[in-house]
Amino acid sequence: MLSNERARGIVWQLLLLAAVVGVGWYLVDNTQHNLAQRQIRVGFDFLGREAGFEIAESRIAYSPADTYGRALLAGISNTLWVSALGIVAATLLGTLVGIGRLSTNWLVARLAGGYVEFMRNIPLLLQLFVWYGLFTELLPPVREALAFGDFAFWSQRGLRIAWPQPHPAWQAAGWGLVAAIALAIGWRQTARVRQQRTGRQWPVFVPALVLLLGLPLLAWWLGGAPTEFDRPVLRGFNFAGGLVVTPEFLALLIGLSTYTAAFIAEVVRAGIQSVDRGQGEAAMSLGLSPAQQLRLVTLPQALRVIVPPMTSQYLNLTKNSSLAVAIGYPDLVSVANTSMNQTGQAIEAIVILMAVYLAISLAISLFMNWYNARVRLVER
Amino acid sequence: MTIAWLRRNLFSGPLDTALTLLTLALLAWILPVALNWLVFDAVWGHAPVAACDAVRGQGACWAVVWEKFRFMMFGTYPYDEQWRPAIVIVLLCALLVVSGIKRFWNGWLAVIWTVGIALTWWLMGGGAGLQPVRSEQWGGLPVTLILAIFGIAFAFPLGVALALGRRSKLPIVRALSVVYIEVVRGVPLITVLFMASVMFALFMPEGMRIDQLLRAQIAIILFVAAYLAEAVRGGLQAVPRGQVEAALALGLRPWMTTLTVVLPQALTAVLPAIMNVFIAFFKATSIVVVVGIFDLMTAARRAVADAQWQGFGTEVYLFVAAIYFAFCYAMSRYSARIEATRQAGRGH
Repeated sequence: MLSNERARGIVWQLLLLAAVVGVGWYLVDNTQHNLAQRQIRVGFDFLGREAGFEIAESRIAYSPADTYGRALLAGISNTLWVSALGIVAATLLGTLVGIGRLSTNWLVARLAGGYVEFMRNIPLLLQLFVWYGLFTELLPPVREALAFGDFAFWSQRGLRIAWPQPHPAWQAAGWGLVAAIALAIGWRQTARVRQQRTGRQWPVFVPALVLLLGLPLLAWWLGGAPTEFDRPVLRGFNFAGGLVVTPEFLALLIGLSTYTAAFIAEVVRAGIQSVDRGQGEAAMSLGLSPAQQLRLVTLPQALRVIVPPMTSQYLNLTKNSSLAVAIGYPDLVSVANTSMNQTGQAIEAIVILMAVYLAISLAISLFMNWYNARVRLVER
Repeated sequence: MTIAWLRRNLFSGPLDTALTLLTLALLAWILPVALNWLVFDAVWGHAPVAACDAVRGQGACWAVVWEKFRFMMFGTYPYDEQWRPAIVIVLLCALLVVSGIKRFWNGWLAVIWTVGIALTWWLMGGGAGLQPVRSEQWGGLPVTLILAIFGIAFAFPLGVALALGRRSKLPIVRALSVVYIEVVRGVPLITVLFMASVMFALFMPEGMRIDQLLRAQIAIILFVAAYLAEAVRGGLQAVPRGQVEAALALGLRPWMTTLTVVLPQALTAVLPAIMNVFIAFFKATSIVVVVGIFDLMTAARRAVADAQWQGFGTEVYLFVAAIYFAFCYAMSRYSARIEATRQAGRGH
């Protein structure tokens, strides 16, 4: 029987499966025994109990009287918030540095190259500690805060920025922006259809810009044009009022985006270099302007090469945001860690942690796969 | 640097000239300040805190690095025995260098690594003529090197097995490999470290204890294996089918084909990718700070926290950053060189 390849394959697989199940069973059995010994009850009902600990900042409303479930949600909101902002910032900076590395200007190319090598070869955690130290020790204390007029103050306690007082007009401006985006996309689509039918081009960029700036402004003006700001004022030992950006958040955001930008720069560089030189020359000889050449010929082809590795950089950034725990930004890991220490429900906390990160990773992968399918070269 | 070169590379147009002048202005503004702080106004060598306080804000205090050097290198390792971790550092570096030399890329490498790992274990832990030192007392650079180098060494066979498993025709083997690789790659290292530090105690039968360092080491091995598997998979895909068919036609058994024909080609093809995984995890080992392992990073944190030398954190971090940079930069240069010779060999 062992000479039959199929039979041998089945036997091997069954043996492997038995080994995996056996080890798994052994571990579960030990765990159950140990848990019983320590009188720890397994289950997720602790999520409904009162958490009782503070979370310094959260994107959703949270107080210590809320449940552990709510605390974890607050942690997730913080993780998603810093990751989303970090992805945008890292993409912008990384693209800039990546293009800089290809610059014909020797000085700029060298500087961009130095940036990439420097950032890539030092642990992110170390960079986070340095940023955090910078923002909490090297900045002046509250009473001598760096002042930007009376509009913003920057001290060891973080950044305080004047923020508009809540007013319906601001909400209207927000909706105006949403409407403007929808209209701009619609306009682009119409222009494209028309160009394909008649060959005539309609301007897209300028009308879109007018829409995006004008509509929110109009809504704000119609709403009564409120100009009251909630300005930060020094009161006692700290500022009151205004929008607060904590040093933890700032250190994490800047650390994550400058670090990831170095990797994104390499991705962008490789992508642009992958486009054959002849493509640009052909576009030029067809009479396309340099901007059109970049937008219509080079970029679409470079994106094919850029998108897959870019996806993994976005995933890395999101996973790296878990280093927040080391500098005290209350992200998911740090909240889960506190919950774990308070309740002793270590297994549940770790299962939740892993499940959430897997879900986020999956969501980013799915979105980028969809995007990748859109930008892929359509072979005829 | 001729005039022609300058014109071509720095002043080829109005925009280019503006960019150059802007960059030069920026450098002229930053460089003197940075150099003064780093070198000219800095306190070098052994010096009391008072000397550093005198130049606070104007010059760096490298005296803190002098003061904390032994501590950052070796942590709380018994002072009189610190020659042992010093040898270990040299030994592990030598191991890395030897692994990079093509002449040793055969069975000898396995022998060298086995001997190297055994020697490291003996020197660090003691026994057999040396004073025993518990792993709780290990610290500093050797711990970082051990976590990274042992991590990749032990993860290597597992990673290759997972990569082969993922390409296997057997459905159960393939499914298990895929699930393992994707789950591990979908979560941050920190969650696996937490799991190791909290849950290992629950997994083990009563009375059996694994020390913290070993737990973190196992977590890193299990984690790195998934990333290595993906790197190796790329290499397996690059080996032409004809190679396998030719080997089978010569009468080699399937496992011999994999071992002697496919794997050697696959592994050399993805050496740069493997190096990148190694560099990434050399840096990532610093995360063990969070679970209380005394590596180079933790040593730096403790040195920074010393009340007597308050406020000289930047200097300490710069020193540690330089160590990490030296290792990672050397490895990335090496990886780039292999890549370049391969490109040249292919006749591109």
